[in-house]
Order: sequence, then C-alpha cells, then structure tokens
Amino acid sequence: MVLMQNVRKVYESSNTVALDNVSLTIEDGEFVFLVGPSGSGKTTLMKLITGEVRPTSGKVIVNDFDMSTIKRRKLPKMRRTLGVVFQDYRLIENMNVYDNVAFAMRVVGAPNREIKERVPYILELVGLGGREKRMPGELSGGEQQRVGIARALVNSPRMIVADEPTGNLDPVRSLELMLLLEKINEMGTTVVVVTHEKELVNAFSKRVITIDSGEKTGDSSEGGYYGI
Amino acid sequence: MRLGYLIREGFRSITTHGFMSFATVTIIVACLIIMGSVSLLSLNIDALIKDLEDQNEVVVFVDETVADEAAARDLQPYIESVANVSSAQFVSRDEAMDSFMSKYDSSLMEGIDSDVFRHRYIVHLSDIAYMSQTKLELEAIPGVAKVNAHLDYAQSFVTIRNVVTVVSLVLIVMLVFVSFFIMSNTIKLATFGRREEIAIMKMVGATNGFIRLPFVVEGLVLGMMGGGLAFLAEWGLYNVVTGRVVGTITGTFLNVIPFRNVALEVFAVYMAVGVLVGAFGGVNAIKNYLKV
Repeated sequence: MVLMQNVRKVYESSNTVALDNVSLTIEDGEFVFLVGPSGSGKTTLMKLITGEVRPTSGKVIVNDFDMSTIKRRKLPKMRRTLGVVFQDYRLIENMNVYDNVAFAMRVVGAPNREIKERVPYILELVGLGGREKRMPGELSGGEQQRVGIARALVNSPRMIVADEPTGNLDPVRSLELMLLLEKINEMGTTVVVVTHEKELVNAFSKRVITIDSGEKTGDSSEGGYYGI
Repeated sequence: MRLGYLIREGFRSITTHGFMSFATVTIIVACLIIMGSVSLLSLNIDALIKDLEDQNEVVVFVDETVADEAAARDLQPYIESVANVSSAQFVSRDEAMDSFMSKYDSSLMEGIDSDVFRHRYIVHLSDIAYMSQTKLELEAIPGVAKVNAHLDYAQSFVTIRNVVTVVSLVLIVMLVFVSFFIMSNTIKLATFGRREEIAIMKMVGATNGFIRLPFVVEGLVLGMMGGGLAFLAEWGLYNVVTGRVVGTITGTFLNVIPFRNVALEVFAVYMAVGVLVGAFGGVNAIKNYLKV
C-alpha cells in the first residue's frame, strides 16, 4: 500500500522542484500505471517509494513504513517488502541466472533448502525454466528483464515497482512482459509500473496516474493515457 | 550459513575481479617495498653510526698516587657506577706500555720504565651525546687524574645521527602517507566498477553489514597476500643489495644488519599494514555507495 499526502520534493543541489503537492493512494492488490513525459517527476515518485530519496515536505507511507521519518537502518527491512524492476535490468554480470535470483534470497538470510525450492519455481513462473545456468550476457533483453522480474518476485514482496521495464524491449516482448506482470498481480501482488509508453498503457484496462511537471494531472481507474 | 556464504563471496570476488585484485596486490607490494627499504636503509645507517660511536672510547687515567695495581683496580666499581658508562676495561701500566710499543717504534722506549705510564680504564659510553657530562662525573671520582674524551668527535656523531634520524623519519612518514593514499585509491578504483552490484544489493534489501563483510574479507585476503609477497620480495632484495655492498667494500668496518635479525619485525609490520590497508581501504571505498 502506498499513501502520499501533499508531497513536495525539491532537489536542493539544483533547486529543482521535482514534485509539488502530490497526493495519491495505491491499495494492496492494485495494478497501477504511473505515466508522464520525460522529466515529469515519475522517477522521483518511484524513488520516494523505494526510499532512495526523502520528501522535502508531506507524508509518504509505503507498506506501513513512514518514508518521511524512516531511519536508515530500517530501510533494508522496508525494501524487503518491495520488488524493484529496472529499465536496464541491473543483473550481476558474473552470476548466472539462478544465482542472480538466489542472491536476493541470500540477502534476506533464506536457508539453502528454501532457495533450492523457490528459485526454480519462480524461474518457471517467468518462463525461464531450464535457463538457470545461462549468464546474463547470453540472454535476450526480454529474457534478462524476466530474470529481473524473477529476482523482484522471489522474496514474495507485497508490491512490485517497475521503472520503465519495457524501455529496452521491442513491442512484442514489451506486451509479453506486461502480461507477465498482470499475471503476477492476479496472484495478489501490488504492481506499480512507471512508463511513458502510451500504446502499452492503453492496451490494458488498468488504473493510470498521470504526472506532469511535478504535479498529479490525472488519475483514471478505467485506464487510458492521452498525454503527449 | 550466512556468514559462511559471505566469506565465500569475499574469496570468490578475488577471482571474479582478477585484474583489479592483481592491481591491488601489486600496488600494496610496491608501496611496502619502497617504505620498507627506506626504513631498513635508515636502520642500517643508524646501526653504522652506533658502531662508530662505540669505537669512540673514553680513557680514564688513574692518579700516580694510586701506584698499587690492586688499588687502581678497586676504582672499577666507582667508574662503572657512573650513569651512561656501559663498560670499563682496566689496563695496567705494563699493558699500556706494551700497547704503545706495538703501535710505535719500540726503540723509542728503550731504557724507559713502565712507571711513566698510568694505570687506566678504557670506558665505553651508552650514549655519546652525554659525553661531556659523563667526563665531569668521571673526573670527580677520587683517584682519577684525568679523563681523555674526544668531545668534538662525539658532537659530530651526535649531529650526524640527529640529521639521519630526522631525515629518515620525515622520509618514512611521507612515504607512509603517499603509500596509504596510493593503496586506498587503488582499492577505490577496484570497487568503483562494483557500485552497480552494491546498488542492486541495496535495492533487494541487503543491510550494510551484509554488503561490507565480503569486501572486508576480500580486503583482508588481498592485504595479507600483498604483505606476504612484499616480505618475500624485500627479503630477496635486501640480501642481494647488502651482498653487493659488502662484496664491493670489503675490508672496511661496514657491517650490515642481517635480514634474519629484523625479519620478524618486517613481517609483522608488512602484514599489519597490508591487513589494515586492505580491510579499512575496502570498507572506506564502498562507504559512499552504501548511502542509498
């Protein structure tokens, strides 16, 4: 669950107002597209959710953690309730597919037995069964992003936050990936997808929150992205 | 399980980032050898000056009124009790005459009795910097007629020793700073390529301790490898160089400190510096990447 109330974020180094008076709520189990043109403040909003930045003013609550006041040492615990998917996949190049996913479980101290059971199951779920031994460099962009999704999913997070997950993929692979995220959402995980790809958003009938020039300019529960 | 995994990760990292590990160890070895060689050179110069100082003896002449050799020998405890006297060797007037005749033309001494010589003590000092004060204390002993001490030589040795000490200290301190700077920057460079890896760890909820431990293990191992290799290289280098120096200047008073005499200290210092630089350098290098 995400709750933002009158959130303002100013980057002091450049004196840029990235977000101004943004309020929104994302309930558990929702699938939400967060859309807007480049430089609109989408990424800042996502960083507020992941705890990479703190709001200048206003309140941000993510999965019962108050991100405005959270102590640095509590951040790992909060992040374990999230699964983050990046545009550039961010896989560890010298680890194979299995280890890239297992690594996320090792971080939270999962026992080996559980890792051995869970990782193949998740890889099967994202359509990468049998590719455990491949290195990231041997996979296509779509497959690498599936590894990223498997890594985000493996610790059963309450919410998956995907930042432009289809940014480096062709339309067919992008659609496949969105269908995978929809499937994950149907299994009960909240999914927030940050994107600026109109066609993709409009292909799904999901809630769309629009951000422009740091302000929330739209919140449609029926879907549809009509911006530039 | 987790601790074992993190330690294994530290070791795995050394091989997966082979080139950077090699660069780190090489820089540690090079810096330690430069630092160590200057320290050993300074140690040898100090020992050489000490040797020369030891050859600078003080002669304490016993008063003629103490004619009896046994009575002259009785002065030994008084001389030895003076602070800064490290040893006192009694030389009777007969021995003094024999020594004189062996050094000079013995025909000069024909018909001359040994009574012209005084009983004496050859005294060595612990520190020649205090020679003039020691001379006064020796002269104050009843039965001592005169004390011959080369105060001007002593002063020169003290000045040389002080200059060498200051120059070596300044050089060593500068080298220590430069070496630490180079070594920590090499480690920083080695970890720079891994900031993405660290960012991923942070995003999946890794604690700072979880991220740091493999770096500490890696740094410790690389530091120990660097320290150990530098020790072996220094050993070989020292023996080759000192062998050549001694071989070239044979027949002189030049004595070099054998490496085995300082091997334990060199090993301990190299390992300590290697481990400190490796472990702290690793932790310090990733400090900024942990602030996400």
